[in-house]
Amino acid sequence: MTDAVVEPSSSRAANSAARARMLRAMLPALSFALVVIAIAWLNPRAISYFGFSLMLNLAIPIALATIAQMFVIASNELDLSIGTFVGFVGCVTATWLRDAPLVGALILLGSIGVYALLGALIHLRNLPSIVVTLGMSFVWQGLAILTLPTPGGKAPDWLSAIVGFKPPFIPFPILAAIVIALIVHFGLMRTSYGAILRGSGGNPVALGRAGWSILRVKMTLFALAGLFGVLSGMTLVGITTAGDANIGNGYTLLAIAGVILGGGEFVGGRVSPIGAVLGALTLALAASPLLTFMKIPPDWQVAANGVILIVVLAARVLISRRER
Amino acid sequence: MSVPRSNIVRLDGVEKHFGAVRALDGVDFQVDTGECIGLVGHNGAGKSTLMNTLAGTLAPSRGRIAIRGTVEENYSVIRAQRLGIRCVFQELSLCPNLSVAENTRVNHASLKGFGWRRRSAALISAKLDEIFPGHGIDPSDVVSDLSIGKRQMVEVARAFTVTEAPLDLVILDEPTSSLDAHTAGQLLAFVRRFVETGKSCILISHLLGEILDNADRIVVMRDGKVVAIDNASSFDRTRLVTTMGGGNHAEKPATRAETIAKQAGPQRVRARSGRQTDSTELVAHEGEIIGLAGLAGHGQTELLLSIFDARAAGRNVEVTAPVALVAGDRQTDGIFAQWSIGKNIGIRSLTRLRNGLLISPRKENEMAEAWKKKIGIRTPDMNNNILSLSGGNQQKALFARALGSDARIILMDDPMRGVDIGTKLEVYDLIRDEAKAGRTFLWYTTETDELEHCDRVYVFRSGVIVASLNRGEVTEEKVIQSSFSEAS
Repeated sequence: MTDAVVEPSSSRAANSAARARMLRAMLPALSFALVVIAIAWLNPRAISYFGFSLMLNLAIPIALATIAQMFVIASNELDLSIGTFVGFVGCVTATWLRDAPLVGALILLGSIGVYALLGALIHLRNLPSIVVTLGMSFVWQGLAILTLPTPGGKAPDWLSAIVGFKPPFIPFPILAAIVIALIVHFGLMRTSYGAILRGSGGNPVALGRAGWSILRVKMTLFALAGLFGVLSGMTLVGITTAGDANIGNGYTLLAIAGVILGGGEFVGGRVSPIGAVLGALTLALAASPLLTFMKIPPDWQVAANGVILIVVLAARVLISRRER
Repeated sequence: MSVPRSNIVRLDGVEKHFGAVRALDGVDFQVDTGECIGLVGHNGAGKSTLMNTLAGTLAPSRGRIAIRGTVEENYSVIRAQRLGIRCVFQELSLCPNLSVAENTRVNHASLKGFGWRRRSAALISAKLDEIFPGHGIDPSDVVSDLSIGKRQMVEVARAFTVTEAPLDLVILDEPTSSLDAHTAGQLLAFVRRFVETGKSCILISHLLGEILDNADRIVVMRDGKVVAIDNASSFDRTRLVTTMGGGNHAEKPATRAETIAKQAGPQRVRARSGRQTDSTELVAHEGEIIGLAGLAGHGQTELLLSIFDARAAGRNVEVTAPVALVAGDRQTDGIFAQWSIGKNIGIRSLTRLRNGLLISPRKENEMAEAWKKKIGIRTPDMNNNILSLSGGNQQKALFARALGSDARIILMDDPMRGVDIGTKLEVYDLIRDEAKAGRTFLWYTTETDELEHCDRVYVFRSGVIVASLNRGEVTEEKVIQSSFSEAS
């Protein structure tokens, strides 16, 4: 009886909050659709199997790097080394993994281990992740140059075969993006340990009181970031067919932008794998195909890219504000 | 009960030191099966430390903890859970980014594998239904979308859910601080049912009525020691307050004669809620203390905020003097966590503290010292970080911020949430003095006792004012009656 009085207003409030959250969850899909529509309007022929394969050619490594960044952001940290790490992995893939597969595989597994240890270091010594990963970015860059002083090497044939796969009807980059998004969504959003991983960003003290090891959570998240960084570097070399120590440098900021564009937040453990992949695809499309079709000269493309980023992120902030 | 009682937990000479501070200074006590222990004490008496020690989050510096007669050497959170001891902490320990079901999983390692979401949702729903019938919470709701009261309901219900580990003792720290009278009653009734099944409970509350009515035995702490343990029936309010060392304050607020004599000064605030359909409006004159009552979350805070931001509120609100707000949720809306106590107090008065373009540290320090003395903030140095203070003293600093400003109207958004009784009594005195000096107070409170200090009380329901009671008419019964009248 008494609840009849309480209910309407409070459930209405919860509903509107849920609606705003839904709207925010839809935003990555909307911005992606907007970019695709713009491209279709400017150049209808680009909307084809071949067109998408070409335009999204580099989207998969970006999507994988974005997912890597998302795991780190899920626990309120930030990885400034993911770009040079992707470059390092690319160099190892183009040299060791082709010439001595066992050594190459060990190096890559070892680098994932290094990522896990970084997570442990950041947690145990209570260091700012920005500082640690900024330092590590120079370490990875140096290692990459040591491995491959000048651009070169060659992707292993099996890797080129995988990224050159041409499925029927759906372009490979789109298929791969769907698979990546679904696998990570299931792992992080649906499994029971995924809830714990995200909880570490929401309220780590509460997790500790419930008996969970934050150390283990951080190491897991950083190891996952390392794993997806490795996948990103490998696919990148598979697509470009050769390695270059500087190839991934732009990925650090692209990955952060992709996560935020995809509905994630820097603190609070609010991340979305599907959104992050969509964010990465949007960035990949907006980065060069859209601007080329708009006949914006290459000199201005980077700046134009930044403007697009600001517009989309501003739209996100406006929607988040309605949520309050 | 005829069954012979055995003890669940026994503490012998437990001490906990933080540097030179002895938070616990030799505590002995035990909890028997099938009893509810009420734990009371000042802020800083050691309740929280004791509770953290029992929950395994703090290891005692000295002394023994025995669970069911077995001395525990390496007592930890995981050990405590395995032995059936749970704890609901005062500050909410839910992950706001997770759903209610996912938060339940955080506390149950066994909720995993196929179908864990369904099992977790069923577990928490059943418990919520049992404790708070008609709660209106869906297990898929994300916690950050829930009101603070509902979050507390989830948190309490979660502590009582059982999967693999047993459940014998639940420690509840201020479990009703964000609940309205109705849901708080549901919870306390459940605690009694729980205890009757042979389980045990430790109830920490600043609402002495809750303790007196629901506890079997009461433990009073002061300065890290247990100063009294006795059956609840042998205590009354006065004895509890004196045992806690609540001080020599007058129990009852100013006499009625005094207020009748008070002349109404010029009007300070006139406000009506946007949802109000009739002509009822809130009116406050100079020197008045106006109470805003009713169930929690029924539009009191919204009205206070619209008065605070009167220009944006338009024609519905009219304010004739500067306004200051004392926030209720001090962690998110009140304090600047990185700043010193002095800076936290001075922020509302920066124009006065200026020296040219810069803030004058000397004026800031003078103001801080003056208020330290006036409101009794317990700290060796006002330049210490605000977080070095206990919760009650942080709230005092927020009062000092508002009262030290040029504001003639002070809005208070349930400011006494989780504040110890000693601090409350001191602040009540201060509010009365300031009102006499001509300040106007608008005071939203969830504690009916506090309405006794008000000259007039407006009762809210579903966002509108449904009753206006003058000082002589305010009784708990009348307030509840107005809060619920549609339901009868």
